Amino acid sequence: MTTAVFGSSIRRREDPRLITGTAAYTDDLVLPGMVHAAILRSPHAHARIVKIDTVRAAKAPGVLAVYTAADTENVLKPMPCAWLIPNSDLKIAAYPQFARDIVRYVGDAVAVVVAENRYQAQDAVELIDVDYDALPAVIDPQKANVAGAPQIHPDIPNNQAFHWVVTGGDVDAAFAKADVIVKDRIIQQRLIPTAMEPRSTLANWVTATGELTLWNTTQNPHILRFLGSLITGVPEDKLRVVAPEVGGGFGSKIAAYPGEFIAAFCSMKLGRPVKWTETRSENYQATTHGRDHVQEVEMAATSDGRILGLRCSVWAGMGAFLSTAAPGIPTILHGLMLSGPYDVPAVREDVYGIYTNATPVEAYRGAGRPEASFMLERMLDKLSDAVHVDPAEIRHRNLLPPFEDGHAVITGLSYDSGNYQLALDKALEHINYKGLREDQAKLRKEGRYLGIGVCNYVEICGLGPSQVAGAVGFQGGLWESAIVRFHPSGKVHVFIGASPHGQGEETTFAQIVSSEIGVDVNDVKVIHGDTDNTPMGWGTYGSRTTAVGGAALATAVRKIKDKAKLLTAHLLEAAPEDIDYADGRFFVKGTPSRSKTIQDIALFANVAWSLPQGMEAGLEASSFYDPPNFVYPFGAHVAVVEVDKETGQVDLKRYVAVDDCGPQINPMIVEGQVHGGVVQGIGQALWEGAVYDEAGQLLTGSLLDYAIPRADVLPEIDVLSTVTKSPHHPLGVKGIGEAGTIASTATVYNAVIDALEPFGVDNLTMPLTPERVWRAMQR
Amino acid sequence: MHMPVAITINGRVFQRDVEPRLLLVHFLRDIANLTGTKVGCDTSQCGSCTVLVDGLATKSCTRLAAQADGSSITTIEGLAQGAALHRVQEAFWTNHGLQCGFCSPGMILTAVAMLKDTPHPSAEAVRHGLEGNLCRCTGYQNIVKSICDAASVGGRA
Repeated sequence: MTTAVFGSSIRRREDPRLITGTAAYTDDLVLPGMVHAAILRSPHAHARIVKIDTVRAAKAPGVLAVYTAADTENVLKPMPCAWLIPNSDLKIAAYPQFARDIVRYVGDAVAVVVAENRYQAQDAVELIDVDYDALPAVIDPQKANVAGAPQIHPDIPNNQAFHWVVTGGDVDAAFAKADVIVKDRIIQQRLIPTAMEPRSTLANWVTATGELTLWNTTQNPHILRFLGSLITGVPEDKLRVVAPEVGGGFGSKIAAYPGEFIAAFCSMKLGRPVKWTETRSENYQATTHGRDHVQEVEMAATSDGRILGLRCSVWAGMGAFLSTAAPGIPTILHGLMLSGPYDVPAVREDVYGIYTNATPVEAYRGAGRPEASFMLERMLDKLSDAVHVDPAEIRHRNLLPPFEDGHAVITGLSYDSGNYQLALDKALEHINYKGLREDQAKLRKEGRYLGIGVCNYVEICGLGPSQVAGAVGFQGGLWESAIVRFHPSGKVHVFIGASPHGQGEETTFAQIVSSEIGVDVNDVKVIHGDTDNTPMGWGTYGSRTTAVGGAALATAVRKIKDKAKLLTAHLLEAAPEDIDYADGRFFVKGTPSRSKTIQDIALFANVAWSLPQGMEAGLEASSFYDPPNFVYPFGAHVAVVEVDKETGQVDLKRYVAVDDCGPQINPMIVEGQVHGGVVQGIGQALWEGAVYDEAGQLLTGSLLDYAIPRADVLPEIDVLSTVTKSPHHPLGVKGIGEAGTIASTATVYNAVIDALEPFGVDNLTMPLTPERVWRAMQR
Repeated sequence: MHMPVAITINGRVFQRDVEPRLLLVHFLRDIANLTGTKVGCDTSQCGSCTVLVDGLATKSCTRLAAQADGSSITTIEGLAQGAALHRVQEAFWTNHGLQCGFCSPGMILTAVAMLKDTPHPSAEAVRHGLEGNLCRCTGYQNIVKSICDAASVGGRA
C-alpha cells in the first residue's frame, strides 16, 4: 500500500489534466446555443453620461441585444458590500452593475452587447455612441480626502468611506518618554493581481425550471451563490455556481463582480447561455486591484533600540466602490497585525478608507498584512540607523520570546504559537549574515553597493472563528465543512466547501485522509467547486483552505474512525472500548491478529446486513469546523542585492526564506507556495505599480506597461522552514499561501535602501525602478 | 469575406472558411475545439497561447489563422503519445512546475522548442528562454527546475 502519509512530497493529482490541456476552465466551456457578451466600459475616470445611443450596435451583424443601466436597474439589486466594519462611520455608495448617470472609474461598465460570436459582440461594442461630460477626477487617496476634492458620490463628504481606529496601550505616554522617534511616509502603491486566467462567466438560465447556473472564475462559489441570489432574486436552491478549473486568483476572484450578473441578466432575458470573458485590458481596468495606501508612520523607542510605541495614519484608497470584502482589508487584516512578531507596548492607527476614481480594491495576496509588515520593518531599519544597532540585532532585541499556547498582543489578538528568534537565527546563519556584512564593507571601498535586507513577519490567517467574523462585521461565517463518503469497495469521495485554484488541496486533502485512516492516497478523490454537490464553505483565500477546511476534513475522518471502531467491535464480538486503530487496521487491543481493515468496514457498513442496534447504514461523515482561533504562521527572510551605480539597476543576488507553517502535509507544495508568494512580493518592491495620470487614466493598462516578474530577473530562492505546531488545530497546521508575499516586499526594499546607505538615501517610492534608484544616487 | 485555410493540428487536417482577421488561437480553441491553448492577454506578452508552428514556438495570438494556412501545428493536446507523457510534461509534474496550470501549456511547449534548439541549457539560459512566458503562481523556480530536469533525462524532442 502506498500510504502517502502526512509529510510526503507526492506529485499532485491535479497535474495530469493540467499539463495535457484536458482541464476545463470557464472560458473553455461550450453549451448548445451559447452566445457571447462584450462589455462597453468607461474611457473616463469621472464623467457625466449625457446620452447612450445603442441603435447602430443593435443593428450590427449577429447582435441579439444591447443592454444598459436602464434595462438592469430595476431587475438586479446593486452589488453588495459584505464586510461592514463596525464603529467606523461606514458609508457605502450604491454600486450598480452599469453606471447610470455618472461613470466613476476607467473601466466602469456602461453597456453590454450580446452576439452570436465574440468577434461580433466586440465589433458592436465599438458602435455604441456615448456622450460624456468629463468631470474632475482624483486618484490619490490622501488628496481625495480633503475639502474641495472632486466628490465621487453624493452625500459622502471628503470621499471618506470610513474611519477606523485601533489602539492598545498608552501610545501618547510612549512617545512622551521616547529617547528616539523615527518616522516615514510610505506609499504602498496600487498593485494589479494579474492572475494568468482572466475572469470569465458562463451563465445559463433555464426558463422551464427557473434555474440559473453560473460557471465562474471564483475563489468562493458558495459566497457567490449567496450574494448572487440577493442580486438576481433567483432563490439559493435554484442558483448553482460552479468554479471549474480556476487559473489563479490571489484575491482578485473573491469579489462578486458586475460582469457575472450582467451575463446572468442577459441569459435570463434571452433564454440562451451567455458567456462573458474579460480581455486582459478589461482585467486591468475592472478586476480588483490591491494595496493603495498612503501611510504616515512613527515609532517611539529607547536609546538601546527597544520599541515603545507605534503610531500611524493610513489613507487607504478603496477605488470608486466598496468591493465585496474591501473594507476589512486595510482595517481588520492590517491594523490588528500592527505589532507583528515584536513586543510593542502601545499602538494607535487611524485608517481612512477613501473613495477615488480608480478601480475598486480588494484582497490581494497578503491583503493588509504586507502593508503592516512593511511599516514595521521600515521603522525597525530606521531605528537601527538612529541608534546605531545592526538591523538583525535590533530585531533580536524586540522579537517576542517563544510561546507554545497563546500570547496576547497589544491589538487584542492572541497569537497561537511562535518561535520567532529561531526562524531569524536560521535565516541569518544560512546566508552567513556576518560574512555578508564584511563583504559589504569591503565592496563599498571598491565602489560596489551591496545591500542586505532582513525581515521578520507573523501573519494572521486561517480565517477564522465565525464569532469573530461577526464581531468585526463580516457578513458571513468563516467555518468550513467536509463530507467523507466511503463506497462499498473502500474507495473514498471527499466533498469540500472550499475551492482551491492552484494550491493543490486535491492532493494534500487526500493525504490527510490517507494518513488519518490508512486508505491508499489514490483511493481518495477530493471534489470541490460546485455548489450543487459540495457542502457549504466560505472559500479559498486568507490562507484558510488547509487551516480551516483541512481541519473540517480531519474531524470528519475521525468521526468515520469512531464508527469503524463500533463496527469492528460488533464484527469481532468485542467491547467498543477494546478496539484500537493503527496503520489502516482496527483491532482488539492486545490481539492485533483479530482485526478489520477500513475496507472491510466500508463494505460491511454499506451492505448493512448486520449492524449494531440503532446504527445507520453507510460509512459517511460530515463535519463543520469553526476554528477556535486564527492561526499565525511566521518566519524570517533575508535578501541580498547589489545596486549598479551607473544604471541604478537592482540585482537581486540571493534570497532566503525561513517559514513556519507548522507540520507540512506536502513539503513540495509548501515550497511552491513560498516561491510564488516571495516573487509576488518582490514584484511590488522592484517592478509593479498601477499608474494613473492626473485625469485618472490607467497608464499601466496592459502587460506591456505593468511589469510582473519574469523568469530572467529572479534568483533561486532558498526555502527553509521551522516547525511550530498550532496548539488549537487538529493537525497542528497553519497556512502558507500568503507568507512569502507578507515578508518579501519589505525584505527586498530594506536591502536596496541598505545598499544606498552611502548615498544618504533612506526613503524611495516603490517600485524601485532603475530610474528612481539612479536619481536617488545623484541627490 | 471568408477565406479557405487548411491547418494540420496534432496530425489532423482542419479545412475551414474563416474571416481573414481570425486569430490562430481562436481557430484552435473555437474551431478545432482544442481549448488546452489559453488566452491570457491581448498584447502578446503572456505566452499562454504558445504552440509549435512547424516546430517553432509561436504565440498563437500573434498569428492569423490565414497565416497558418498549410502549417503543421502541435498544441498541448498533441504532445503526449497516448498515455505516455512527453518528458517535459513528466518533468513539470515531478518537479511541481505548475500550480493553477493556466500558463502551463504555453510553458511546456516553449520548453519543448527550447530543448530542441539547446538540449542542455544552463538554468540561466532556461530563465532567458522563458522571457516570453509569464507565470504568476510558481515564481518560475520549479519551472526552471522542470526544464533542466527534462533536459537531463534526454529523449524525444
